[in-house]
Amino acid sequence: MPEIDMSSNPQCERQHKVPAKAETVIVNSNGTLKNVFVWIKSGLPNERWTPPTTAARLDQHGCIYEPHVQGIVEGQDLDIVNSDPVNHNVHAEAEKNTAWNESQPPRAEHKIKRFNQEEVLFPVTCSVHPWMRAYIGVSPHPFFAVTGDDGTFTLKGVPPGTYTIEAVHEKYGRKEGKLTLAPSGAATIDFAYGS
Amino acid sequence: MEVEFRPGLHRWSILLAFCTLLLVVAGGLVTSRDAGLSVPDWPLSYGKLMPQMEGGILYEHGHRMVATTVGLMTIVSMVWLLRVDKRRWMRWLGVIALGAVIAQGVLGGLTVIYLLPWWISSSHACLAQLFFSTTVAMAIFTSDWWLSGSLPLDEDNKYPIRGLSLAAPLCVLGQLALGAAARHKAIGSIYHISGAPIVTAVIMWVSLRILLHYARNRELRVAALTVISISLAQVFLGIAAYMTRIAYADAVQPMPLMVTFTVLHVAVGALTMASTVVLAILVRRNVVSRSLAYSPASAAALSR
Repeated sequence: MPEIDMSSNPQCERQHKVPAKAETVIVNSNGTLKNVFVWIKSGLPNERWTPPTTAARLDQHGCIYEPHVQGIVEGQDLDIVNSDPVNHNVHAEAEKNTAWNESQPPRAEHKIKRFNQEEVLFPVTCSVHPWMRAYIGVSPHPFFAVTGDDGTFTLKGVPPGTYTIEAVHEKYGRKEGKLTLAPSGAATIDFAYGS
Repeated sequence: MEVEFRPGLHRWSILLAFCTLLLVVAGGLVTSRDAGLSVPDWPLSYGKLMPQMEGGILYEHGHRMVATTVGLMTIVSMVWLLRVDKRRWMRWLGVIALGAVIAQGVLGGLTVIYLLPWWISSSHACLAQLFFSTTVAMAIFTSDWWLSGSLPLDEDNKYPIRGLSLAAPLCVLGQLALGAAARHKAIGSIYHISGAPIVTAVIMWVSLRILLHYARNRELRVAALTVISISLAQVFLGIAAYMTRIAYADAVQPMPLMVTFTVLHVAVGALTMASTVVLAILVRRNVVSRSLAYSPASAAALSR
């Protein structure tokens, strides 16, 4: 991926010993794709899932969002932190949830935000540093994951049933697949992007 | 009515127009650098008059500072005109300019507060172009050569120009609106790109008709050549801006070459608009309709 030019803000640049790279497309060493949000799109019993009591965290560190992609449950707190010595603005570019844009100066209090509508995915951006972009998937249930350095994902605690699983990548878009999970069993599904 | 030339007022008006062009450039930079929301609050910036000027804040707050300067300069212009200019319509033009710059400031604030809705941002972009044209017109109306009068030509009935000359600024305004809507992602660029040959053709039609049939008048000749030069530069810049946009489609941040060509395209767009407005004004001043020229009622109107 291309290097990010942080010269417009030297305090950002100084935090990286080697230039940071964009995270839009990260192909792992085994040819798999990192940062793909995977979730159960449909098939779960129609019930209300309690959001976790622990907050998810979105950090602005080195003028980069950490993590780049994450999922949260509807109604779960999102703890937004500015660990940088510079001003940031945080713009949640949500469409189904209410969009907002707020400043977060250095050492400012954490922002605790909630999103109450299912929305997979929407970007969070900073206009002070236009390369900064994170993605958040708001799910009505806790069965989601983001692919890591080996391109795999695991959804734990899923009840038996037949589901539509969706993989969403910020650049390559959406893929769907059907999966049937037997009682006390495991199942595997693969998604392929590109040719 | 004899209106005295006031060099100070004229120089001030030129300065206002120049600063307004800088303001258009500053605004273009905000959008091209994706910095429109880098300062979430308005009218203050991060709760202060002067925030730390870093990253996108430099562009957004810098734009606000230039805008404030232009606003104050417009107030001075209006007061100056109200005090010294005998022309009632010119005094009104000063008031209209101030109203426009206030409205522009409010639109700029609203678009930040409401997270850049395309119709507010596009209105802000179009009003900027209209305001720049107004300041250019004010500079012309306060000039010595404007006040010293003209030697009008009769309109050639075979090649009428008075009505046609209005088509150029109207088409340019439409094209600017399409450009602004595309820039703020309300429509695809294809509409703006498709409009370019039409607008260029209309500008050429008007300018070439002047050069072929009214070139005896120096003001019209110079204005038509200026309009052609600016428009051709604008077409080149439009192509360059589009090509750099395609080349950097996958870039993670606005790339300098794309920003440069796009902002130049915005600025020369303002010059295109202003030059066609000036051309239309000069046509109305220098070409007398035959029906007006030979009608006793019109003659009376002209004498006023």
